[in-house]
Amino acid sequence: MKKYLSFFRMRFIHGLQYRSAALAGVITQFTWGFMEILLFRAFYEADPSAFPMEFSALSCYIWLQQAFLALYMTWFWEEDIFRSIRDGSICYELCRPLNLYNLWFTRTIAIRLSKAVLRCMPILLVTAFFPKPYGMSLPPTPVAAGCFLVSMILGTCLVASFNMIIYIVSFFTISDTGIRMVASNLSEFLCGAVIPLPFLPDRWLSVIQFLPFASMNNAPFRIYSGDIHGSELIMVIGLQLFWLIVFLVIGKAMMHRALKQVVVQGG
Amino acid sequence: MKLYFHYFTIHLKTIMQYKASFFLSTIGQFLVSFNVFLGVYFMLERFHQVKGFTYSQCLLCFSTVLLSFSLAECFFRGFDSFSFLIQKGEFDQILVRPRSLILQILGSRMEFSRIGRMIQAIVIFGYAIPTSGVIWNLSKIFTLIFMIIGGVITFASLFLLYASLCFFTVESLEFMNIFTDGAREYGKYPIGIYGKTVLRICTYIVPFALFQYYPFLYLIGQIQKPIFMILPLLSCCFFLPCFLLWRFGVRRYQSTGS
Repeated sequence: MKKYLSFFRMRFIHGLQYRSAALAGVITQFTWGFMEILLFRAFYEADPSAFPMEFSALSCYIWLQQAFLALYMTWFWEEDIFRSIRDGSICYELCRPLNLYNLWFTRTIAIRLSKAVLRCMPILLVTAFFPKPYGMSLPPTPVAAGCFLVSMILGTCLVASFNMIIYIVSFFTISDTGIRMVASNLSEFLCGAVIPLPFLPDRWLSVIQFLPFASMNNAPFRIYSGDIHGSELIMVIGLQLFWLIVFLVIGKAMMHRALKQVVVQGG
Repeated sequence: MKLYFHYFTIHLKTIMQYKASFFLSTIGQFLVSFNVFLGVYFMLERFHQVKGFTYSQCLLCFSTVLLSFSLAECFFRGFDSFSFLIQKGEFDQILVRPRSLILQILGSRMEFSRIGRMIQAIVIFGYAIPTSGVIWNLSKIFTLIFMIIGGVITFASLFLLYASLCFFTVESLEFMNIFTDGAREYGKYPIGIYGKTVLRICTYIVPFALFQYYPFLYLIGQIQKPIFMILPLLSCCFFLPCFLLWRFGVRRYQSTGS
């Protein structure tokens, strides 16, 4: 455990070095958030009764999404990992007395966390002072706040375990272009990054909400604003936990098989 | 022009050596903007209209921006990777050749995989043009063509602007993507729906509205004045300051020495 922790620290500090990139990121995220809010405001004015959630809940959703983009962007891949699989430098990793799955998992989480830490604070602080209902507000109940934290952690681990599966699949396919593309685009839509999931038609939503992608950022952000509450809360968090375990088991099993038959192609 | 055509065929031949990879990245491009399309589809299925614009009218807007952005990206992509040219000192090579600078940089890179997006834009046009309720006559057709030309030139000018800024910063400026990617992303709806402030910025600072919003209003008949037809051509004036900055940058250029 200790070695993974120190590896985590190393990666985390490494990620914190890119401060000017983070500044650029914050500016972009602000613009994006503003435009999203203006866009949804126009739709709200078009037909308030068709709006599936409170406007303030939506604002929270948008700003949380922008602040924690780095944690939940399913289309972000670590080029290094793909490259090590492709060009065979993975053998160096295999020589180490560490579990490769745990190592990469730690690494994925560390990078995402370090990016998010740099970016989230300015966004959350500034938007808290925006006029209602366009800014961030506090969660309605302490229960919601607590569940939000739990759900955030589960969501982040779920994204990382999803990434892991795709990394491991590229052991078998060698070229990673195709699988990456499909995974990125599909998950981006299904996790609610394009439009929040409640805006989908009910028929679609009834299926999509049970998919693993809905457990990524959709769950914590809607818990925060109180859009998911009561008994639904337990079900959503349970579902997150369920998918996390499923993904971890699949990932570990695939990794086990992949490493048994791995052939390093020279290099 | 002959030289540019030569560059063009070379790039095309290179791409065709890796057909599978080209095919895959084309599909990738298609999927990326297909997500955006799905977003528009589901939003308007729920709300039916936004600020009085219907679904197919929004699609008309979306496809105009998508088509002009992907055309600009396909042919003017060279400017986007310009920071690498400067960092590696390859720009010095370009400077000593007795040909136009811009031509050589444009020829240095072309992105044919953007065809994936173009196909999508054209398919959407195919749906939106008959259903948008526009009474098509010669002036309307010209307006649409002007809109696309204006869009390509505006995006190309933005790419040129980024490249010019690289002279001063050496690194490429990430946040400048706000304008290009942002315009592509949020140009899916008529700019007017974002409110007056955004509309003003997009009229006077970066002329997105000149090719996307005002001629679009003329197109769907909300405004009758034919002057709106040629506004997209006015947006081409944006090229001028960008070009001047480029000239200034070239004159001031000091090699990175690598």
